[in-house]
Amino acid sequence: MRKPVVRHLLTALSATTLAFGVVACGASNSDDTRAAGEDEGALVIYSGRNEKLVGPLLDQLRKAVGQKVEIRYGDSSELAAQLLEEGDRTNADLFFSQDAGALGALAKKGMLGVLDPASVALAPDRYHAKDGSWVGVSARSRVLAYNPGKVPAAELPQSIYELTDPIWKGKIGYAPTNASFHAFVTGMRVSAGEEKTRKWLTGFKNNEPKAFDKNGLVLDAVDKGTVSVGLLNHYYLSEKIAELGKSNVTARNHYFPGADPGALVNVAGVGVLKGTDQSAAAAKAVQFLLSAPAQQYFADTTAEYPVVKGITTDKHELPALSALQGPDIDLTQLDSLEQTLALLDEVGLT
Amino acid sequence: MLVPALAAAALALLPLVYLAIRSLESGVGPALDVLLRERTARLVFRSLGLAAAVTVASLGLGVSMAWLVIRSDLPCRGLWRVIAALPLAIPTYVAAFAWIAAVPDLDGFAGAALVLTLCSYPYVFLPVAAALQRTDPALEEVARALGRSATATFFTVTLRQVRPAAAAGSLLVALYVLSDFGAVSILRYDAFTRVIYTSYRASFDRTPAAVLGCVLVSVTVLILLAEARTRGRAGQARIGAGAPRSAAAIRLGSGVVAASAWMVGVAVLALGVPLGSLTYWLLRGRTADLDGGALLQATVGTLSLSALGAAATIVFAIPVGVLAVRHKGRLGRILEQATYAGHALPGIVVALALVFFGIRYAQPLYQRTPLLVLAYVVLFLPAAVGAVRASVAQSPPALEEVARSLGKKPAGVLRAVTLPLAAPGIAAGAALVFLTCMKELPATLLLRPTGSSTLATELWTETGVAAYAAAAPYAALLVVLAAIPAYLLSRGSGRLGT
Repeated sequence: MRKPVVRHLLTALSATTLAFGVVACGASNSDDTRAAGEDEGALVIYSGRNEKLVGPLLDQLRKAVGQKVEIRYGDSSELAAQLLEEGDRTNADLFFSQDAGALGALAKKGMLGVLDPASVALAPDRYHAKDGSWVGVSARSRVLAYNPGKVPAAELPQSIYELTDPIWKGKIGYAPTNASFHAFVTGMRVSAGEEKTRKWLTGFKNNEPKAFDKNGLVLDAVDKGTVSVGLLNHYYLSEKIAELGKSNVTARNHYFPGADPGALVNVAGVGVLKGTDQSAAAAKAVQFLLSAPAQQYFADTTAEYPVVKGITTDKHELPALSALQGPDIDLTQLDSLEQTLALLDEVGLT
Repeated sequence: MLVPALAAAALALLPLVYLAIRSLESGVGPALDVLLRERTARLVFRSLGLAAAVTVASLGLGVSMAWLVIRSDLPCRGLWRVIAALPLAIPTYVAAFAWIAAVPDLDGFAGAALVLTLCSYPYVFLPVAAALQRTDPALEEVARALGRSATATFFTVTLRQVRPAAAAGSLLVALYVLSDFGAVSILRYDAFTRVIYTSYRASFDRTPAAVLGCVLVSVTVLILLAEARTRGRAGQARIGAGAPRSAAAIRLGSGVVAASAWMVGVAVLALGVPLGSLTYWLLRGRTADLDGGALLQATVGTLSLSALGAAATIVFAIPVGVLAVRHKGRLGRILEQATYAGHALPGIVVALALVFFGIRYAQPLYQRTPLLVLAYVVLFLPAAVGAVRASVAQSPPALEEVARSLGKKPAGVLRAVTLPLAAPGIAAGAALVFLTCMKELPATLLLRPTGSSTLATELWTETGVAAYAAAAPYAALLVVLAAIPAYLLSRGSGRLGT
C-alpha cells in the first residue's frame, strides 16, 4: 500500500518537473540570450519605475531608439544595489530611477558616464547633476492633501512646521516607510539642519499622526475624512480624480508656499552606465525621454511635472512647476538617507 | 555521498562569504561602528522576541491540531487535515495586507506575531501530523495498557516520538520569521530584515546592511545550536519496519465542541481573513481590464521556476540529510548546519550574493534560469534537508546494514532501501520547497531572465501602483496554485504512511 502511492507521487512530481523544465528551458533560451547581453544590438535598461506607469512610454522609446531594447523592472534602490554589485561587468546601459538619490549614489561610485550637454540643458539646473552624470525627466512635489469638509482652505497651515500644533493632534495621515517620506525628511535635514528636524519630528510624533502603508492609502483616508490632512506626493490626487471624476473626490492638494521643506520637489531621472557598449542608442533614449512626446506622457498619464519648458496638459489641474519652490537643496544630497533613518529611529517614527 | 553534500554546503555558504567581503571592504572600523550601535542590539532583541513568540505559538497550534486531526475522533478529520495545511499557500505579504486593511490598528509586534504565526504554523503541523501517522501506536498502547492516562501518554510517549519532527518544524518557523520581510514591513515592525532592506534603500553603502546580515547569521547559528540540543541523543527509529497501522482514535467526548471551535477559529483567522480580502478586491476589480496573456505567462513562469527550484533543492538536500542521520560524526552535523546558516538571511541578501558571484564567475549564467534556481536552492535547502533528515531518521538503519551485508554497494543501498523508505518525507519536502518558491519575490526580481515574469513579480508590479483590484487576480491565482502542493502535502502526510 505504501510504496505505490509514494511512487506515484514522486513520478508525478518528477514528470511535472521535467515537463516544466523543458518548457522553461525552451522559454528561457530566447530570453536568456538577450539577458546575457550576447545580443550586441540590444540596449539594456534597468527601470526602477513601475511597468504599469512607464511601460507604454518605454514602448514608444523602443521605436524612437530604433533597435532592440531590453527592460528589467525592479525597485529603484534594489536595482541601484544590484548595479553596484555588478560593477563594470553590468549588462545595463541605462538606469531609469524613481528618484535622484539612487542616481546620485551610482554617480558617486563613478558608474555613470557624462550625458550629452544638449540633453542635460533641457532640464532646469536644479533638476540635473552638476557634472552631467544624470538628468531628471519628470518632477513631483510633496503636498498636504486635505479634506475641505474637515479643514476649510482658509485654515490650512502655511508651513509644515505648523503641523506640530496640538490642534492637529490625531488628524494627520502619513506613510512612514515610504521612500518619498524619507526623502522629505532628508530634505528638511539638509535645508534646516539636524536640530530643527529632530524638534519637528518629535513634535509631529507627539501629535499622534496615523501611519499608513502606502501614500495611496493616506489619500483614501483623507478623502473619507478618517484623517483631516495627509503628507504625500501631488500626483496621487490627480490619479484618483482621473479614475473617479473630480466630483467624486473630496480631497484636495495644498502646496506649502516658498522654500518650505514640506514642498520638496524631487525628480525621476536617467543616467547612462560608463561601460556601455550602446552609447549611441543610450543617448537617443535619453533624448527621447526629454522629447515633447515623452514629456507630454508624464504630464498626461502619470500626472507628473514635465521638466522641459513649454509642455502643458489639460488632463490634470496642477500649478505650474515654475510656481513651485520647495527647499533649495542639491537633489544629490538626498542620498544621505542613512542619517535620516537613524534620526527617525531615535525619535521613534518608523 | 560526501562530495555532493560538500557541494551543497558550499553553495549554501556563498551568501556568508559575500557578507564577509562586504562587511570588511571599508575596513574593520566602520563595521564595528555598525555592530556596536545601540540600535543593532535593539534589533537583535526585537527579532529574537518575534521569532520566539511565533515559534512557541506555532508549536502550540501545530502540535494540537496535528494530534486532533490524526489521533482524535474529531469530525471531518480528513477535511481538517487539508484545511490546517492550506495557510502555507498564503504569502505573508498577502496575509499581512489583508489584516492591516481589515484592522488598521494591528501593527507592530502583536500584528506581526499574529500574521506570521497564522502563516507558518503548518511548518509544524505537517511534519508532526506525518510523524504521528507514521509512528507505530504500539508504544502508546503499551503505555495505556500499563495504566498511564491518555494525557500522560501523550506527553511522555507521543510527544517524544514526534519530537524530531516538531523540532525540525520549529526550526523552520524560527528561521522563516527571522528572514520574513513581507509581514514585518507591511505591519511596521522594525525587525532585522526590514532594517536590512531600508539600509540598502537608504545609504547605498552596503557595509551596514552586510554587518547586520552577519549578526543575523550569528543569531541563526545560536538557534541551530539550541535546536541540536533539543534533538537529544535517543534513537528515533523503530526496530524492524514496524506496523504503521492506524491508531485507535481517542474519544474527545464532550471536548469535541471545544476542539471543533479551535479548528474553526484558526481556519477563519488563517484562511478566512486573507481570502475574504482577496475576494473583496477581486469583486471590485474590472475583469475586463485583466490581461489574460500576462496572467498565463506569469503562471507558466511561476510553475516552471518553482518546479525546477524544488527538483534542484531536493537533489542537493538528499546527501546532506542522509549524511546528517547516518554518519553521526561532527562532519555530518556541520554540513547540515551549514545549509541552515544562511536561511535566516532575507532574500535580497542571498540575491545580491548571487549577483556578486554570478557576474564574476558564472557570467554566461547571469540573469538566466539556472542562477535563479541556485538562489532557490540556497534559500530553501533547509526545508528540504529537514524533511529528508526527519524521514531518514525514522527508518531503521538495520535494513541498510542488511542490504550492505548482502552485497549491495552504498549507492545501491541508497537507491533500493534508504530513499524508498524516506520517500514520503522527501516528497513532502519537495512539495514544500515548490510552494515556497512560488511565493518568493526579492531574489526572483533581481535574478530572473529579463522579460520573464512570475505571479509574485506581477503582484509586486500591480501593488507598486496601489492597484489592489488589478493585483487581486494574481494574488488569487498564486494562492490557488500554491494550495495544490499544500493539499498534496496534507493528503500525503496522511495516506503515505498507511
